[in-house]
Formats: sequence, C-alpha cells, structure tokens
Amino acid sequence: MDNNTLVGLAGILASAAPVVFAAIGETITERAGITNLSINGLILLTAMAGFATSVTTGSLLLGFLVGALIGAFVSLIVAFSSIALKQSQVAVGFVLALMSRDLSYFLGNPYMGLSGPRVPSLPIPVLADIPVVGVLFFRQDILVYSSYILIAVAYIFVFKTRPGLMLQGIGEQPATAYVRGANVNRLRYIYTIIGGALVGMAGPMYSLSVKVGWKGTITGLDGIGWIALAITIFGGWNPLRAAFGAYLFVLLQWLGLVLQPSLPNIPSQVLQVAPFPLMILTLLLVNIGNSEWVDRTLAGLPEEVRRLIAKVLRAMRTTPPAALGIPFENE
Amino acid sequence: MLNKSSAGFKFGFQILAIVAALIFTTVVMLLAKAPPLEAYKLIFTGSVGSIGKISDVIVAWIPLLLATSGLLLTFAAGLWNIGIEGQITLGAIFTTWALRLLQDTSLSPTLIILIGFLAGILGGMIWASLTGLLKIYGGVNEIFGGLGLNFVATALTIWLIFGPWKRPGVGSMSGTVPFDNLLWLPQVEGLRMSWWSLGVGLIGIVIVYLILQGTYFGLRLKAVGKNGRAAFVIGIPTGKYMMSAFFICGAFAGLAGATQVLAVYHRLIPSISSGYGFLGLMVAMLINYQALWAAPVALFFAALNIGSIQLPIVLKLDSTLSGVLQGALVLFVLMMDGVRRRLTAKKVK
Repeated sequence: MDNNTLVGLAGILASAAPVVFAAIGETITERAGITNLSINGLILLTAMAGFATSVTTGSLLLGFLVGALIGAFVSLIVAFSSIALKQSQVAVGFVLALMSRDLSYFLGNPYMGLSGPRVPSLPIPVLADIPVVGVLFFRQDILVYSSYILIAVAYIFVFKTRPGLMLQGIGEQPATAYVRGANVNRLRYIYTIIGGALVGMAGPMYSLSVKVGWKGTITGLDGIGWIALAITIFGGWNPLRAAFGAYLFVLLQWLGLVLQPSLPNIPSQVLQVAPFPLMILTLLLVNIGNSEWVDRTLAGLPEEVRRLIAKVLRAMRTTPPAALGIPFENE
Repeated sequence: MLNKSSAGFKFGFQILAIVAALIFTTVVMLLAKAPPLEAYKLIFTGSVGSIGKISDVIVAWIPLLLATSGLLLTFAAGLWNIGIEGQITLGAIFTTWALRLLQDTSLSPTLIILIGFLAGILGGMIWASLTGLLKIYGGVNEIFGGLGLNFVATALTIWLIFGPWKRPGVGSMSGTVPFDNLLWLPQVEGLRMSWWSLGVGLIGIVIVYLILQGTYFGLRLKAVGKNGRAAFVIGIPTGKYMMSAFFICGAFAGLAGATQVLAVYHRLIPSISSGYGFLGLMVAMLINYQALWAAPVALFFAALNIGSIQLPIVLKLDSTLSGVLQGALVLFVLMMDGVRRRLTAKKVK
C-alpha cells in the first residue's frame, strides 16, 4: 500500500472520531429507551461553543468541557420533557435540533473565520514506528485514541457489566427492571445526560481538530447528526457495529472526494451526499427482515431458497430496544 | 379559585410560554451583546412596515401554509414526514422541468403554468411515496427515510443546476436561467405577491380542514394515527391510509415547490425549499395539529422570517434569530403544556 493511501486511511480514522462519539452517545441514550433527536443541532451548537470558548480562553480542555456540558444540558431537556412532562420525545428533540442549529449560527457570528487553537498530534512512542499499523492508528491525536477507547469501553459496559445489563433492561423491559429494583426514570435521565455529553464532545472534536474553526452555515457540519442517528439504527444499538457504521460512512465520503477528479461531470456536492442513499439502502436492508409481508412472501418460496434468504435477512436485521420512545410509569 | 381544567387556565399557560420564549430570546441577544428592543422593532417594521414588506410576508406565507397543510394530514396519520423538504424540492424540480420542456412550444403560457403546477404536485407525490413505501413495506422509519431523501433531493437540484440545466457557459449557485415573464404567475402591480398563489394557499388549508373535520377519510386517518393496531383490527387498511396521507402531503409540498418556481424565483435555485418544510413541522407542533390555527400562526412565522432579514443589514446580527424565537416558542409551548397537564392530573387524584 503506498503512503498516500495509508495517510488517507489514517485521515478516515481521524475524521470518523466525532461520528463515533455521536453515534455511541446516541446508542447509549436509545438503549435506555429515550430517542434524542436533537443531536444534529447539538453537534453544531457544541462545535461553535467549544471553538468560541477555546478562542477566548486559549484552553482546549475548556472547549471540550463546555461542549460536553451543553450536550448534557440540551439532552436533559429532552429527557425531562419526556419523563416529567409527558411530551413527545420526537417533537421536543426535533425542535431542539433546529433551535440549537439556529443558536449556533446566531451566537457564532462574531467568531466566524477566526483562527483558533488545534488539538496537537500525539504519536505514541514505539507503536507509531510499526510499519503500516503505526501510521494508520498511532500517529493521531488524543481524540482519536479516545474514540478507540470509547468503542471498547462502551461495548464492554453495555454487554459485559451488571449496570450495562440494567441499561439494556430499562430499554427492553422497563417494568421488569423496575421490579428488580432499578429506578427506571432516574437511570434514563443519567444515560440521556451521558449520551448527550458524548454527542456534545463531537462538536468541539470538529471545530478544534477535524475541521478547525467556525464558518457558520458553510462549516459543513449540518447533517452529521442526522447521519449519526441513522448509524445508531444501522449499528443495531451495538457500540461496535455503530463504530463500524461511522467508519463506513466516512470512508464513503472520502471515496467521493478521491473519485472526484476522475468524474469531472459530477459536481462535488453530489458525491458528498452519495453516502445518504446508501444509508437509506442499508437501513432498508437491516429493517426489511422485520416486515410481515417479507415473511409471507418467503413462505411461498421453495424451502432451500427460503432458508437462505431468511438467514441473510436475519444476519443483517436489527431490532430496536422494545421500549424505545415509550414513557415508563411506575405504578 | 382557578378552575384548572378551564380554557382560561390553558390559555394562561400558553401566554406564559410565549413570555418565556421572549425572555429566552432576549437573553440570547444580550449574550450576543445585541440590543434586544431595537432587534424586535426591526423585525416588526421589517415585516409589516410597508405594503412591500407585507407583500413579501405573504409570498413567504403561501409555501409555509401549503407545507403545514400537508403535514396536518401526515400528523393525523401519526407520521413524522420530515422528508417534506425533499418533497418541496422535487415539486420545484418537476415544475422547472415541465416549463423547460414546454417554454419553446406554441402552447399558451396559461396552459404551461397550469401544467407546471400539476408537474410540481406529481413531483412531490412521487418523492413522498418513496418515504411511504420505505416505511410501510421496508420497515424504514419515515424520519430517516425522509431525511436521507432530503439530502438526495438537494444533491439532485445541485446536479441539475451545474449539469444538464446549467446556464450558458458555466453553472452557478444563482440557479438556472430565469423563465420568460410570460411564464411568471401574474403578480400584483409593483409587488412580489400574486393573488393566484395566495388563492392556492388558502384553498389548500380549507381543503385540509374539511378533510380532517368533515369526512370519513379524515376520521379514519385520525384513527390510524391514534392507534394503528386497533384501527387495523376494526378493518381499516392502515397501510393504505398511511400511503394516502403521504400522497396528499406530497401533493401539497409539491405545490409549495411549484409556487416557489412559478411565483417567487422563476427558476430553480439550490435552496429552493427555503426551509419551509421544517418550519411547517414547527408550525404544526405549535398549533397542536389543529387546522384552524394553521393560517394565522404560519403568517406570524412568515413575518418573523421576513422581518429578520433586516437584522444582518442594520445590526450585523445573523438572521437565524427568527429561528431561535420560533424554536423557543414551540419548545416552551410544548413544555408548558406538560406542566399544565401535570398540575391538572394532580388535582384529579
């Protein structure tokens, strides 16, 4: 593999880091039974706020802290409106998505085009010198390393620990979890806040590392949050599969850029959205196995063909947490 | 002693929500070191300060009202038609397509405009049906199917503007070549608004109101939205009703796109939907999906949009302030409604 391709692939790992954070944050929130639809605006708002904070104070750490806090707070509004005020999660999330976006453009106006600090690259001694692997994985910045760690920690937490099992429980069968002593609504608050804080880190990861700076509407971040939501479904609410979806998405975007010169008739804006139809297609593939008519059609096919198709569909299919979006009342 | 279930009590909470939204927006402006009173005044004079401004508000009101009207039907069926932005865009694309095909023929301009409208309706319906098919037969949640299709619609627009439909020479973000004056929807002398599109918008909301209030179709649509399983059990073909809702909403969205081309821009531009689809979702939420309130609230939102255009010109502020105020209004109305319900529920116990 030549060096250019290698550097390109390393770039994919770096640009995917914020998407990984956002998708895993949303995965954790939805695992608890809450859909946080606000994250598209949230990424923009935290990108702007994180950048503005770091430019003003000179501290990168504060930028990320502010991002996480805003992410946690806005997500808290979604959880509170749903749990305490019994409003639709989708409605409140959608309003917050639009409002956060507009807030970011309004408040970010004075910071447009300013140059700001950037998270430095931090090659890991020894590991960075390994051929191929070193360039690919270990000559990145601390954010990319954090994204590796987040994937592992989130996966282990959800599937291998006791609190993780409880998290699955409150999203699948809240009533049972409640009987077993879980305070369902309190846990939902906690996981929405944690998930929101992770999403809130994604914004500054863009404005302080992947796409440094704040450029208002042309920052090019509008849409990432919607993609992260789709990746959450594609990932079947599994942090590992969500991370895979994030890498796949960024790889597709990168391919679009790389192929651009060889396809001069297609404007760059078109290739940049190429991942979206593919995303719909993958959502179709992971969902279609859940449809009744597919079962009915399959029933009419010869046994061997039926088994094969059913097997493929089952392998791809994902099902949401059973209580996703449904408020829980302990009575 | 206040009667907590009374209409007055409810009204009081809505007033409270509006006050909260205004306070929030004012605080946001203070954070940005902007003069709130001056900004509000600018939005006011920028929207109703002159006949020209009022006419601009009406120009913005029509597509917003059409989008809201269509959305009331999908909401009635319990569907979140976020894909409406793409449906408006496809309507505009189809209208432009029809006009391009027919502009050099001997057909009368009136007939071409009429075909343009029909083409727009068709475009919106086709795009909406994709979301519907994905939802009903593919199990893809309409929010994600719709969002994806929105991005595809935008890409399609840009490809057309820079590709097959580019201006002579080089394509530009300012859009395709403007159509001949004859193919413009007749405007009021000296103003940008058109009585014809105003008529289309008003007839649209009246039709939706009648469908929802006075027909079996509307009643069954609401049954599907309230409890799909129960509706299915009593013999309503839920899939068919959902598809119809998508089709009708797509038709309204396509109509909105057609008016953007025929009455406003007279060409295809990259952001032809102007965000009216998403704004329509907000209006529908704010009015709690009651068709009766669609027209006045959409008018108010259109006025905020037009008024805020003055902000960057005079105060060097971003015009998205109107979006902040609109969002805050919807958010606080939803939250205050929750607070009120909590208080009333406690009383019953």
